[in-house]
Amino acid sequence: MLEIAHLGVRFGGLLALEDFCLTVPVGGLYGLIGPNGAGKTTVFNVVSGFLQPASGTVIFRGQNLQGLPPHARTALGMARTFQNIRLFGDLTVLENVMVGFHCRSRAAWWEAVLRLPRYGREEKRRQLRAWELLEEVGLREVAWEPAGQLPYGHQRRLEIARALATGPRLLLLDEPAAGLNPQETLELLQFLKQIQEHHQLTMLVIEHNLRLVMELCEHLTVLDHGLTIAQGPPAEVRQDPQVIRAYLGKQ
Amino acid sequence: MFLKESAIRNFWLNLGALALLALFLWGAEHFANEYQVRLLNNMAIFVTLAVSYNLVNGICGQLHLGPNAFITLGAYTAALLTLTPQQKELIFILQPLVWPLSQITLPFALALLCGGLVAALFGFITGFPVFRVRGDYLAIVTLGFGEVVRVLANNLQSLTNGPLGLKGLKPLTNLWWSWGVAAITIILIRALVNSSYGRAMMAIRDDEAAAQAIGVDTFRHLMLAYILSAFFFGVAGGLLAHLITTISPTLFTFFLTFNLLIIIVVGGLGSTTGAVLSAILFTLAGEWLRIVEEPHTLLGVTIPGIPGLRMVFFSFLLLLVIVFFRQGLLGRREFSWQSLGRFLRRFSAKVSTGHI
Ligand SMILES: Nc1ncnc2c1ncn2[C@@H]1O[C@H](COP(=O)(O)OP(=O)(O)OP(=O)(O)O)[C@@H](O)[C@H]1O
Ligand SMILES: [Mg+2]
Repeated sequence: MLEIAHLGVRFGGLLALEDFCLTVPVGGLYGLIGPNGAGKTTVFNVVSGFLQPASGTVIFRGQNLQGLPPHARTALGMARTFQNIRLFGDLTVLENVMVGFHCRSRAAWWEAVLRLPRYGREEKRRQLRAWELLEEVGLREVAWEPAGQLPYGHQRRLEIARALATGPRLLLLDEPAAGLNPQETLELLQFLKQIQEHHQLTMLVIEHNLRLVMELCEHLTVLDHGLTIAQGPPAEVRQDPQVIRAYLGKQ
Repeated sequence: MFLKESAIRNFWLNLGALALLALFLWGAEHFANEYQVRLLNNMAIFVTLAVSYNLVNGICGQLHLGPNAFITLGAYTAALLTLTPQQKELIFILQPLVWPLSQITLPFALALLCGGLVAALFGFITGFPVFRVRGDYLAIVTLGFGEVVRVLANNLQSLTNGPLGLKGLKPLTNLWWSWGVAAITIILIRALVNSSYGRAMMAIRDDEAAAQAIGVDTFRHLMLAYILSAFFFGVAGGLLAHLITTISPTLFTFFLTFNLLIIIVVGGLGSTTGAVLSAILFTLAGEWLRIVEEPHTLLGVTIPGIPGLRMVFFSFLLLLVIVFFRQGLLGRREFSWQSLGRFLRRFSAKVSTGHI
């Protein structure tokens, strides 16, 4: 599904990522962990096309993504969320999800302006599926509220729903549990497993909450200061002395 | 289905509103004086301009400061196409107009269309550099267009007749043309804004990176809004030219853009309804405030007329709106038949219970 090879990113003198390699198979539930500033979000930014790496390649579903802008990568079947939630605050919850479907639209703008049949069919389908998605993530009741006014936990769910609307095969989640209490985190865990199954997703999740990651992921990559210090199944990674040092060193 | 029914009802209501407008225009044509007709024409053209401007600035959230350039292009193009070969020979005394323009005369509708297309082409060409940047930089780049077009109009003698401009255009702009174009602009732009494409544009306004991340090709959507607005600026420019009947390179300066900016901010950035109402109010206020620019005798003291004092009033008005109505008069609300119906029902309920 996703093959990242020998990625290198630097910001001025800072080495944000060095020789990063990761292969995520189809259907995989992979985790990316590490202390603050380790370079996790940087990996997402490179994969989703917001950042050009100094070196290395990203291959997604057999295609080299070199030079492709973010929207083209989304069209190929990947979607991401942001660490600091980024919704369209002035649009309603429903509209946020509807925008997600827009990238699959085939009707041209003039068909939309003239309300020609193809556009009409597409728009109707978008509406139906948007309601289904809202039902699935439990936001049906707040569909008409401006997204910016939702409580925090709902905003996280909406951001995921909006990403799902683009029809991704690979979902990149940047700290989905940040700011949630233990109860909500548990619900999120169930929710993620559920959508993974329902949408047949491959997932790569950045998360500080180790409990969530250990429960959810079948494979972990640990970053520290841009270097990959461990890689493997959660149980193994947990025992790794370097990982323990990186995490204890932080505290 | 419910949705379908209300769509059909809205269609008839819209058609009814258009018929009312037509009736009003017919009345104005027969009973209004020349001054009032001119005012109504101006009003319609400003409605067209404001609604188009709002598409880029209010819906897409990009601070575009170059409408006057597009208006000038449309005005010149349309004017050159309606003038007769004889007129052109008389006007272009220093350098003759280039062939084949010197021989062509088109009907008004086609001339307006060409004005719009030339402006749209200018939009297409400039769009590439414009949308490489954002924010203040985009504002500065587009601000330069007015200047570029002015310099071109001044120096391309054999195309524009230079600083002398074009005189003696036929006064072809009448109420039907001006309000017809305004109605078409409103209908098309509202249809776009209320579509999937319009939603994507608003998404770009709210958070461009997030829009890209969910697959919105931001460049294409911004280009679309920018070129469409350019087209309507061009058509409106053609209408203005045939209303004023004389155009010159310095006629449409940044001052015009500034007025449009005031209109859409006062109306509520992002609201088409607001842009329409605000443009109408602005045109009326501009006429009422003419008084302040005329000489007055107050308590035996004669105050000379101060030209430009109107703008002081407008600036003050803008200040008030920004301080007291952050979102403009309408915010991002839009007129809809449903909301009118709700309002009327509430109103009649109040009347019948004697609360009014
Ligand atoms: N655009 C940028 N310009 C300069 N430096 C940056 C930029 N983005 C990230 N960095 C730096 O790169 C390093 C890695 O950042 P990154 O955001 O990938 O960390 P992270 O692992 O996601 O951390 P966190 O857990 O805090 O989210 C940090 O030191 C950060 O300051
Ligand atoms: Mg991060």
